[in-house]
Amino acid sequence: MHPAPSIIAFTTFSGLGFGLLFWLGIDATPPTGWVAFVFFFIGFAMAVGGLAASAKHLGRPERALKAFTQWRSSWLSREACCAVAALVTMGLYAAGLVFAGYDLVPLGWLGAALSLLTVLTTSMIYAQLKTVPRWHSVWTPPLFLSLSLAGGALLSGRVTVAMSLMLIAGALQVWWWYRGDKALGQSGTTLGTATGLGGRGTVRAFEPPHTGSNYLLREMVYVVARRHALKLRIIALVFMVVVPVALLLAPFHHITALLAVLSHVAGVLTARWLFFAEAEHVVGLYYGKR
Amino acid sequence: MTDLPASTTRKLGLVIDLDTCVGCQACVISCKGWNTENHGAPLSDQDPYGPDPSGTFLNRVHSYEVQPDTGPAQLIHFPKSCLHCENAPCVTVCPTGASYKRTEDGVVLVNEKDCIGCGLCAWACPYGAREMDAAEGVMKKCTLCVDRIYNENLPEEDRTPACVRTCPSNARHFGDFSDPESQVSQLVRERGGMDIMPEQGTQPVNKYLPPRPRDDWADTSVLAPYLTPVAEEPRGFLGWLDKALDKI
Repeated sequence: MHPAPSIIAFTTFSGLGFGLLFWLGIDATPPTGWVAFVFFFIGFAMAVGGLAASAKHLGRPERALKAFTQWRSSWLSREACCAVAALVTMGLYAAGLVFAGYDLVPLGWLGAALSLLTVLTTSMIYAQLKTVPRWHSVWTPPLFLSLSLAGGALLSGRVTVAMSLMLIAGALQVWWWYRGDKALGQSGTTLGTATGLGGRGTVRAFEPPHTGSNYLLREMVYVVARRHALKLRIIALVFMVVVPVALLLAPFHHITALLAVLSHVAGVLTARWLFFAEAEHVVGLYYGKR
Repeated sequence: MTDLPASTTRKLGLVIDLDTCVGCQACVISCKGWNTENHGAPLSDQDPYGPDPSGTFLNRVHSYEVQPDTGPAQLIHFPKSCLHCENAPCVTVCPTGASYKRTEDGVVLVNEKDCIGCGLCAWACPYGAREMDAAEGVMKKCTLCVDRIYNENLPEEDRTPACVRTCPSNARHFGDFSDPESQVSQLVRERGGMDIMPEQGTQPVNKYLPPRPRDDWADTSVLAPYLTPVAEEPRGFLGWLDKALDKI
């Protein structure tokens, strides 16, 4: 799949933002006043910034409001609804803490639940697609949720929780890659089933429909940079898990904590780039590209 | 609404005959010609006369080589457009309700006024039947020429999809699959019409007729008895020459 920068930024930063809002929502001793303002500002900036980035890739962004209507059937619509519900709930909760110093506990818990639900719905947009066997897995939601929770814990300064969650997310990521590498082969979809001609012999794409490229090839048959996949996976894992955990193991300092956050974000961005760039859509088979 | 109808009154669709398709691309051109100036936004081209041309098409013809275990390879032309699936994944993923399947005839359409151009329906389609128009920013797909098949301003023989009407080798047939006696249903029964990518669970309405078995290279022609070589062994001067050359 085409690794569009807007979608990579959206899934990474909204995941981190909602992860941070989750931890702020369930905090038994939440910050108040200016400290609360800063924490919530970071959470909202990331979540809203991510959503705004996702609107950028729409062909008709001016009609984006229509995406709130089909929550009964569409995961993308559910995500839009959950995101707005989470942001509104957490906004009210934040207002109580920032301006009145008052902790509306049930509102915080509700906002935290909605924040996690938003991340779940994001992951389901990809996990639901049978056409992309690498994504079509029960492991895609745990991967997104663990990364969101780990990043949120890191941003909210929960050192021990962040370390263990990052290790869990790293393990899930390795397993997800291992499973994903076999997914297209195990899906049973080949050029033979795609054309219905597989029973007659070996099918080979002889001639494409057009000499030029097209939307399908640009959007769903991204094959560049696969040869660097292994190196990029190692880079992603080192920045996402190894470096931040090592920095958190050192005596706490605001500089090391900041470096840990930056490293983690860089690692997640790399992993998310691979999430899209490595994903094989079955339509590529028609073009002999797999 | 992006829910799929539980059932449709009729099941309109195409039968595509892989045996007779000659890969002439006439259906591609007639489809683009009709649909760029009728229902919905035009099908735009980008850089059509430049070094990197591309554009929106609702129907594309691939060509595949099939190499059996023994015998010569076969070239099969493979037209591909929306299959108007009964279990269309492109419909349920739509966040705005722009993508829908009609209850009355099963045609899958996009309401372009509601489409936000998110592209998720194209991701959900295993067949590559949907293409985002780069100029319009909305999703385009085969409409089964809804503006032809019910169009009483057209002569009756033209009330079929443009691709079917234009096909010079009769490789495309249009009809109602819910009627077991329709021409398309009969073709599917007689010729073993098949689904493509059945494992994706989309239950496509359009069916493909597999190529008929070819004549075998080892088969002898009915004319063979009349075509036997007149003289197996050369005689006379040529016979002498043949033997003399063998000895050298």
